[in-house]
Amino acid sequence: MLEQRPAPSRFWSLASPVLALALTVLIGMVLFAALGKDPVRGLQVFFWEPIKSAYALSELMVKATPLLIIALGLAVCFRSNVWNIGAEGQYVIGAVLAGGVALLADKDSSRWIVLAILLAGIAGGMAWAGLTAFLRDRFNANEILVSLMLVYVAEQLLNYMVFGPWKDPAGYNFPQTKTFEAVTQIPRLMTGSRVSIGLLLALLGVAGLWVFLFRTRAGFAQQVGGLAPAAARYAGFSSRKALWTALLASGAAAGLAGALEVAGPIGQLTPYVPAGYGFAAIIVAFVGRLHPVGMVFSAVLMSMFYIGGELAQSRLGLPKSLTGVFQGLLLFTLLACDTLVAYRVRFVRAPATVAPVVKEAH
Amino acid sequence: MDSYALLIAATLNAGTVLALASLGLLINEKAGIVNLGAEGMMLCAAIAGFAVVVHTGNDWLGFAAGMAAGAVLAAAFGALTIWLNTNQYATGLALSLFGAGFSAFVGIGYVQEKLPPRPQFSIPVLGDIPLVGPALFRQHPMVYLAIALTVWLIWFLDRSRAGLVLRSVGESPSSAHALGYPVRWIRLAAVVAGGALCGLAGAYLSVIYTPLWIEGMVAGKGWIALALTTFGTWRPARVLLGAYLFGGVTMLQFHLQGSGVDVPSQFLTMLPYLATILVLALISRNPAWIRVNMPASLGKPFYPGS
Amino acid sequence: MSIPRLELEHITKRYPAVVANSDVSLVVQPGETHAVLGENGAGKSTLMKIIYGAVKPDAGSVRWDGQPVAIRNPHEARALGISMVFQHFSLFDTLTVAENVWLGLGKTASLAQVTRDIEAKAAEYGLDVNPSRHVHTLSVGEMQRVEIIRALLTNPRLLILDEPTSVLTPQAVEKLFAVLKQLAAQGCSILYISHKLHEIRELCTRCTVMRGGKVTGDCDPRQETNASLSRMMIGAEPPALAHRDSQPGGMALRVKDLRLPSLDQFGVALDGVSLEVRAGEVVGIAGVSGNGQQELLQSLSGEDRRAAPSSIELFGQAAGAMGPAHRRHLGLHFVPEERLGRGAVPTLSLADNLMLTRTESVGRSGWIDTGALKRQAQDIIARFKVRASGPEAPAQSLSGGNLQKYIVGREIDARPKLLIVSQPTWGVDVGAAAQIRAELLALRNAGCAVLVVSEELEELFDISDRLYVMAKGRLSPSMPRAQADVSRIGEWMSGLWDRESAHA
Repeated sequence: MLEQRPAPSRFWSLASPVLALALTVLIGMVLFAALGKDPVRGLQVFFWEPIKSAYALSELMVKATPLLIIALGLAVCFRSNVWNIGAEGQYVIGAVLAGGVALLADKDSSRWIVLAILLAGIAGGMAWAGLTAFLRDRFNANEILVSLMLVYVAEQLLNYMVFGPWKDPAGYNFPQTKTFEAVTQIPRLMTGSRVSIGLLLALLGVAGLWVFLFRTRAGFAQQVGGLAPAAARYAGFSSRKALWTALLASGAAAGLAGALEVAGPIGQLTPYVPAGYGFAAIIVAFVGRLHPVGMVFSAVLMSMFYIGGELAQSRLGLPKSLTGVFQGLLLFTLLACDTLVAYRVRFVRAPATVAPVVKEAH
Repeated sequence: MDSYALLIAATLNAGTVLALASLGLLINEKAGIVNLGAEGMMLCAAIAGFAVVVHTGNDWLGFAAGMAAGAVLAAAFGALTIWLNTNQYATGLALSLFGAGFSAFVGIGYVQEKLPPRPQFSIPVLGDIPLVGPALFRQHPMVYLAIALTVWLIWFLDRSRAGLVLRSVGESPSSAHALGYPVRWIRLAAVVAGGALCGLAGAYLSVIYTPLWIEGMVAGKGWIALALTTFGTWRPARVLLGAYLFGGVTMLQFHLQGSGVDVPSQFLTMLPYLATILVLALISRNPAWIRVNMPASLGKPFYPGS
Repeated sequence: MSIPRLELEHITKRYPAVVANSDVSLVVQPGETHAVLGENGAGKSTLMKIIYGAVKPDAGSVRWDGQPVAIRNPHEARALGISMVFQHFSLFDTLTVAENVWLGLGKTASLAQVTRDIEAKAAEYGLDVNPSRHVHTLSVGEMQRVEIIRALLTNPRLLILDEPTSVLTPQAVEKLFAVLKQLAAQGCSILYISHKLHEIRELCTRCTVMRGGKVTGDCDPRQETNASLSRMMIGAEPPALAHRDSQPGGMALRVKDLRLPSLDQFGVALDGVSLEVRAGEVVGIAGVSGNGQQELLQSLSGEDRRAAPSSIELFGQAAGAMGPAHRRHLGLHFVPEERLGRGAVPTLSLADNLMLTRTESVGRSGWIDTGALKRQAQDIIARFKVRASGPEAPAQSLSGGNLQKYIVGREIDARPKLLIVSQPTWGVDVGAAAQIRAELLALRNAGCAVLVVSEELEELFDISDRLYVMAKGRLSPSMPRAQADVSRIGEWMSGLWDRESAHA
């Protein structure tokens, strides 16, 4: 029996993601066993290996950076009740534009081109998200479906560019651009690790989001629109402004992440640029409770799943798609466990009656 | 002329996948529940159906497996959204993400598999009529099933008492509850029925339409099916028409690609998705239309005993 | 002494935050019209839900015709012959009257048969109902008639009515009472939930009074006075309000021939509304809800900005197209009738909810001074005696009355020049209601202009200097309080003011 609590439980607000993780791990172990692999070893590969050395940790950060950046933008959206599911598309377009600028570089270009690349990524993501905002603003079209359709369109655009106009002439007809010049590479934070300044940008974003959400009237207005639209209208907060802010912000974030990846670890444009970060970031946002600090933890957790998946493939011979299974499971269990925040579980027997034995009516 | 007949036949075929899924989604939306997990359910059903046909050689078992897969996933979704009152949009998304990962995972071993040659169907006498025959009467039974389902749904929703109860639950679950109807069970039934139909659509896709398995082969059709229920303003006949329209767009894409038109193939591939956006923009433009036809409680949680 | 139709013994029901019913006992005889009297929050609705099968008691027993029963759901209640007419109708807007009744009757005959039955029953009781109309085209009074017909078609042996007259004009109330008396004469028992003393004294033969979840009185209302019933209901006589004559000052609000088409098929179009409110007076708008009050208020508050700018003048400025923030800047503050969800965000704290309409704790650049915000909220809590655990308490944790006190306090504390309030004491306990009304009068005495929209005529009579009546999207001429009486207002509620000559 579920019984509503008088006030949401603070304890379970924080404990629910932990419980969800535990449940996911449990189901994961069952899955490993069903596949004929040692569950404990599976656990080790997924949760211990990714953090056991400094190098492993830095790889974790490399993966977590784009997830966190995109999730920061999505948090603004979801808190405003704008369901931007198409962050993946905004990521791709950001990557395409960033790649386009990177292709303009030659060996003697100034280091400042990196800034141009990042700005191009941001612009691309914003423009793509702006399309969704426009269609919702002007035509009242559902942003979930529109942003999602635009993901497919974005992927085709990328394919077109790398199969066509931007194909590397010296690339043996493979669908890819030439590798970007070294000068376009996003600066690393320290030698020996692949962590770039993207991490710094992400952490700055965390601080910025916190201030925006909790200390500015604009942030307050943005969230009221998501919590109680009638109250937002009553207060005079513009829902149109909230819509555009949410989508442009998350588009910018996703586009920035795309630029960082393409001019960073990937180093060129290929059809494999869309790695599903835009979707994984949705899970990061929810598991992190849409809170800037919470999302840092959930981004690290999700990147553990990514790396764990890759390791499971190389060490245990399990398919990499296991990552997707875990990620989906985590969101599912989180949603289920979140019930405990608002409800208490009570085991009730049929109500006792003080008076004589109750009989059926006819 | 013959090619036009084939074009029509192919359009009906292509539209059937969307029609089955979209009609299923219409059922659960009429009860007030929006299930964004359509894509995930269709993917899991596609691999389930494909795998069963690989192992048994029986198409109908494959369809049944697909329906079962869709129903089970939908039931899990229903348990969360109806009894635990989780956010319908987030839960549906979770289902889609999970379904994508799970189907890819399970399907690893089936990527290279081939099915035995697909059967040809033809309605006796009708199928032999020149032009009209090849266009309309040589389809797989599923195509006719989709049409029959549409007709049945029109009757069910408008004339039958059960359909009235379903609509009332979607209109105002609290009123239906006050009248004594088991709102949550009715909603669960609608969700499971919708999931089974999405599953049937997914199985049809992998067993008949493009008989193979590739990770992600549904390629957004689940999302398009969701758009179709809005586009059809929750009326079965309009939804069916919309599905065929989209089938036509897909066929247009292939036709143009085949005819050597000088448009890069990627832009042609974009056509169905762009068409969906266009259609959504056109139909949503007038919020009054939507409000009149949309089940009033769509997407909102229901708390009995409050 | 006949066997009682219904007997409740020692019924108790607890919710997480409150004991809704505590050791409640009740006896209803066949053919009796039995009132359940109590102010909002006394536990009447919960008790009815228990009788009707929608809620299970934690303790206590129910007897029907002398036999113990366990009513587990509304189906079983209906099978016994218990039928309920809800305060907030359980009707489906997009379905027809006949379809709605069909749904409410459980498994029976065809739609065609039900349609015939509706027409027969309507004729029998003199109720005017068209089975083929869609419910959303009906007025609120007509909707209630559908609910009643649905209940009557179950051939009830006990009919429960929950606050049925709040949506009726005085004339329609007369008709309702005629139907109920006819029903009672045929042996049906009636449970009549209300907080309106004069109605209970006119209609009912027995009365159970409830307060704070307990039974505080059991009497024959025909033998009682308003004062004695009131004492049982709230423990004291209703507080009297000190009313000074008003000296209206400058024009605060002038609405000139406001016309506004309705936004959707469920709304009401405004058809040439004109009114004036001056500083230092309280103007009331009477009327059953659903006649355009919501639309008018949204246009006045700025939530709806479609009005022609000059049709709404705030302190002399054409304000029809201004947003809420701009109007607040000019001195207009508004308390809406929906508290949770519009007047306040349920999950946010009282302090945060301050920022919906107040900007004193927000700096130029938009930076929120959380300390100042908390202090500001605390001040309001103290000044208006709001019972809450503190400024951090989420709005949804407050009782309806206390939240209303906070919201009203938030707007009064802003020192408005014009305060518009909608349903100021709906769902609020008598103590808080008296406090709120007193605050409104104090505001007016200090020179503020006050506009009150309310369904409760007594409330408007208590605090208004002048009255308008709203009906079908039109507004009547103004009527001074001294010349207002219930039957005249009742006629005007049906839109019949043109029959008289206009008053100033």
